[in-house]
Amino acid sequence: MTASVLYDVPGPKAIRRNRVLAVLTIVVVAAILGFVLYRFYLTGQFTAQKWGLFTYSTIWEQILAALGKTLAAFGVAAVGSLVVGFVLAIGRLSDHRWVRVPVTAVTELFRAMPVLIMMMLLYYGLPSVGVKMDPYWAVVIALIVYNGSVLAEVIRAGVESLPRGQKEAGYAIGLRKSGVMRLILMPQAVRAMLPVIVSQLVVTMKDTALGFIITYPELLYLAKQFSSNVQFGRPLLQSAFVIGGIYIVMCFILSGIAHYLERRLRSGSRGTGDAGLSIGPGLVQGGPDPRMHEGGTVTEVLSVQGGR
Amino acid sequence: MDVIFGNLDLWGTAIGNTLLVFFGGGAIALVLGLIVGAMRVSPVPIARGVGTAYVNLIRNTPLTLVFFFFVLGYPALGLGRMNLTVLGIIAIGVYTATYVAEVLRAGINTVPVGQAEAARAIGLPFGQVMTSVILPQAFRSVVPPMMSVFIALLKNTTVAAGFSIAELAQLRAAINDSGDRPGSPMEVLLWVAAVFVAMVMLLSLVQNRLEKKWRIAR
Repeated sequence: MTASVLYDVPGPKAIRRNRVLAVLTIVVVAAILGFVLYRFYLTGQFTAQKWGLFTYSTIWEQILAALGKTLAAFGVAAVGSLVVGFVLAIGRLSDHRWVRVPVTAVTELFRAMPVLIMMMLLYYGLPSVGVKMDPYWAVVIALIVYNGSVLAEVIRAGVESLPRGQKEAGYAIGLRKSGVMRLILMPQAVRAMLPVIVSQLVVTMKDTALGFIITYPELLYLAKQFSSNVQFGRPLLQSAFVIGGIYIVMCFILSGIAHYLERRLRSGSRGTGDAGLSIGPGLVQGGPDPRMHEGGTVTEVLSVQGGR
Repeated sequence: MDVIFGNLDLWGTAIGNTLLVFFGGGAIALVLGLIVGAMRVSPVPIARGVGTAYVNLIRNTPLTLVFFFFVLGYPALGLGRMNLTVLGIIAIGVYTATYVAEVLRAGINTVPVGQAEAARAIGLPFGQVMTSVILPQAFRSVVPPMMSVFIALLKNTTVAAGFSIAELAQLRAAINDSGDRPGSPMEVLLWVAAVFVAMVMLLSLVQNRLEKKWRIAR
């Protein structure tokens, strides 16, 4: 932890002060939570009527169906954006100007456009030129195009941060350009960037929730429907908590994978058999980018760049 | 061009509100993020725990759901009326604060341990270690990723459209549902996209400038 860098070992005075701060933190947090819970209690958010909705198995069947819709959009978008990401990354790394320049322009354009606007363009915009698009495809295509462009940048950054010798050695043993890319550069870049790629998938997962705005019947859309159920006293906050819990669990699992991969890569490439190509820690700490130093992990820095 | 000149009033409101959400949300995110970031590097374990819990919970919640809680959930608590836009600003601020906190924490972490040790070794007290050695260096490495956070924030303002806050992404509904205004959905949305691309590119330009200016030779 950074505590050891920024602070000395606390003396008696500092220990006392830290205790006061700890108590203060607890008091402030408890006050905020207490106030919210008190308001919940006053407005009857804890009544059995409002939670009653979630005791029915048909409701859970609906939730499962909506979860399926969310995962269907996420799955296709994840695979699609990986494919698009690789294609665009290779295009941006091309030696030919006529490939590199347009691909770069396209990547930059789609990275700059909000995903929601893209979804709206596909769903509301296309019908005015005579193409009718299903909300599902609007969500999936927008997510693929946006996350594909972001992943292209990530993969390109991974390739460019490799030592130049890797590429030169590849050519020296007589490989062609495609071979150097496929056998030498890409595997290393992907390995180093795996945590960032998984973090971007968390973003993709969260962005499926935008689908509710263009009426794609996913989890959040269902929550909105539940919240207008008069029979159960319009359980808005209740359904938001239940659906929110599901999202948080799903994203936590993905984030957990990203953290696990990151720790594994940072602890070196033991047991993977390619110790000679060990690039995990080297990449994380070295590199020309001033933002990439130990501690400030590549994932944190790049996932922040990636957007949401 | 009719799309723009025929609806100038709506464009004005929309762009104004988008900027309002952007700057308002940004201000909240900076203040809250600074507090949470400080908690996450503080020597008090409980404060660190609270900061970590906040960041992990909010970061794994879709922004749409955060909006859902604030914009639709707040009225259910019966705390008096509040402007939808204000609620949206709070929602986006609370969400973005986690990213600000993470950037600040990562920024402090980029300062090599030796710097703090050297500062302490020459006898500087904690205040001076922070203000004249750690923070200036941390600040420099924080600026570029912080700009990325704000670019993401700008793009995220569109989510407010899903909650009837009259900003740019909501413009299509405002123009097309009124019936007698010029412009097809496609035209409106393409212009909106163009406005966003222009704004994002502008921020990226600032980011690149700052990045070059603040680069640390290590």
